[in-house]
Amino acid sequence: MLEIRDLTATVADDDGAPKTVLDGLDLTIRTGEVHAVMGPNGAGKSTLASVLAGRDGYEATGQVTFDGQDLLAMEPEERAIAGLFLAFQYPVALPGVGNMHFLHSALNAQNQARGLTEADAGTFLREAREVMAELDMDAGLLGRAVNDGFSGGEKKRNEILQLALLRPRLAILDEPDSGLDVDALRAIARTLERLRDGERSYLIITHYPRLLELVVPDHIHVLHRGSIVHSGGAEVATAIDADGYAPFIGAEAGTAVR
Amino acid sequence: MTDTTTETDTTAQLDDLVGGEYRYGFVTDIDSEIVPVGLDESVVRLIASKNGEPDWLVEWRLGALRHFLTLEAPTWPYLRIDPIDYQAISYWAAPKAKGPAPESLDDIDPKLREMFDKLGISVAEQERLSGVAVDAIVDSVSVATTFRERLAESGVIFCPFSEAVREHPDLVRKYLGSVVGPRDNFYAALNSAVFSDGSFCFVPAGVRCPMELSTYFRINSAGTGQFERTLIIAEEGASVSYLEGCSAPRRDENQLHAAVVELIALDDSSIKYSTVQNWYPGDENGKGGIYNFVTKRGRAGNRARISWTQVETGSAITWKYPSVILQGDDAVGEFSSVALTTNHQQADTGTKMVHIGRNTTSSIVSKGISAGHAQNTYRGQVKVMRSAVGARNHTRCDSLLLGPDCGAHTFPYIEVGTDGAQVEHEASTSRIGEDQLFYCRQRGLDEEDATAMIVNGFCRDVFDDLPMEFAVEANALLRVSLEGAVG
Repeated sequence: MLEIRDLTATVADDDGAPKTVLDGLDLTIRTGEVHAVMGPNGAGKSTLASVLAGRDGYEATGQVTFDGQDLLAMEPEERAIAGLFLAFQYPVALPGVGNMHFLHSALNAQNQARGLTEADAGTFLREAREVMAELDMDAGLLGRAVNDGFSGGEKKRNEILQLALLRPRLAILDEPDSGLDVDALRAIARTLERLRDGERSYLIITHYPRLLELVVPDHIHVLHRGSIVHSGGAEVATAIDADGYAPFIGAEAGTAVR
Repeated sequence: MTDTTTETDTTAQLDDLVGGEYRYGFVTDIDSEIVPVGLDESVVRLIASKNGEPDWLVEWRLGALRHFLTLEAPTWPYLRIDPIDYQAISYWAAPKAKGPAPESLDDIDPKLREMFDKLGISVAEQERLSGVAVDAIVDSVSVATTFRERLAESGVIFCPFSEAVREHPDLVRKYLGSVVGPRDNFYAALNSAVFSDGSFCFVPAGVRCPMELSTYFRINSAGTGQFERTLIIAEEGASVSYLEGCSAPRRDENQLHAAVVELIALDDSSIKYSTVQNWYPGDENGKGGIYNFVTKRGRAGNRARISWTQVETGSAITWKYPSVILQGDDAVGEFSSVALTTNHQQADTGTKMVHIGRNTTSSIVSKGISAGHAQNTYRGQVKVMRSAVGARNHTRCDSLLLGPDCGAHTFPYIEVGTDGAQVEHEASTSRIGEDQLFYCRQRGLDEEDATAMIVNGFCRDVFDDLPMEFAVEANALLRVSLEGAVG
């Protein structure tokens, strides 16, 4: 479903000079698979999410194909319509824009672009309430402005709510677990597991193994200095939890040793 | 995280977005009668004679004219305007009457009716469907007023100003100029000398006006200005909600609109005045467009409430400060405004709240949105007199910038003459966030939809104050003004 070949991305540093943040990255995600990307701060994890979703400010080269389409040539909204969803690490507030209105408009925009009929407002609302109950979310958040005045945990849950209602083919989750307490973590894991139906793939970016104990990935990749230095199964998370990243990134040298 | 190339791209896209075309720029081919250009006593007398006005009013006009001729246009607004030649304008134009005055709506010139249909204000449909009484004013005269009989049953008078002068001279004489005097300011003096028509509304004591009242202003003729006068009186305990809309053809010349609106809210009454101003704003290079110089002011008695809500998207120049004189104790004044300027539009708009009575309260919410090369200024005065013990004001003033070449400016003036007053001012200026746009686009909304959604969200507080039908219209208007193409 997603094929990344030799992906390199640069960003302008404070002086305007290009700085490489992704460096010849390769990754293949098949339909229904759950992949996790782990790595120390500054490894390029969030850049990977941003480049895949089409955020401005990166110069990206290499090949990225999503369901046969050239992802890097597409506008952000075209990627969304093709079925790519990004759960943001820091969801932005949209003051005055009702959460329900926003979600419904987004779904309608996607449906319309796919030639589907408009989502019935009643059905949509009922479904939203069900997912909110599953996520232990206050139903009042539907009537509030998008992420405006939401707590950190409410914002993270709101991202998963959007994921559940928009039903993407590939969901990229950029640190969905940061700042969450155990109960909130369990709640979002429950929804992610329910939606893990063999048709939908996840790319989970995280620092911590705890989410991966609840949503057990098929593959874990260690990202370091913009490329994948190690790939393995669920056991990688356990190893990182025990010994840190050093054994994977070769401490000072910064090269793969295993 | 943004390199120069992408920033330029975004700017170009924003330019496309805000270059929305004006939908109401057509001209209707109706026979018009236009007086020759120029401004002197004979022109004022001619206008007065067209309306068959009594001597006192003619003298009132002439007094205003003499004063006007001694004045210079104010230079304090943050507006760049080429000097206006007031002798090069025709001060009166009217669609030529075909035969006798229309007895009913069915008798209106079909071309006029077609024009209003095209504007989305079907005079006949309005009467049948929406339950909003409409006064339609083309150039200098009122062409249709709907629902008059039903309003009359409640004792409400709603008619063209010219008719009020004939039919209700005592009311007109008592209140005309009582809030905005004929020498109030440059543009008000001009209006007082040459005003042609407008709407008159009187709601007697204790009466809640049974429907929304509305005036639609249309400039159609070339080479003319529009100078209308609106007078609304709510007697003790009365209440009324009034809507105003405007548009004009697309022309290369600048046309002048200098109106005066006076609101008189006697004890325990309330007047809600809502405007959607969509005069032709000029083209994308700043050529043409209406110069809109408007004096709007209300006087509130004891426990009376005056609310101004405005959505300003049109005009090349907007100079307008709907104000409230809070004369009575416990009077309330409110001002909610959305001003959107794109291309080369300039707006210097805001309000004035003058607290005289004890425990008077005022609130001001201003949302300015600027795009293209536009300049958008909020200018507001809160004046608390010595007598206004216990007065309170809260002002919130937000500016949103779209693109790098526009400007937002805030000039708040606060004068407090008593110890026992509480005045608060909050202000913010922000750019539309790349992060916000990206967030929306990641969810599948295109850039136009995303921008419209964010801007609408920014204006939410004000739109919530508008009557239902107007809120929908305002939303749509904002969208069109932001769009790259006519939808």
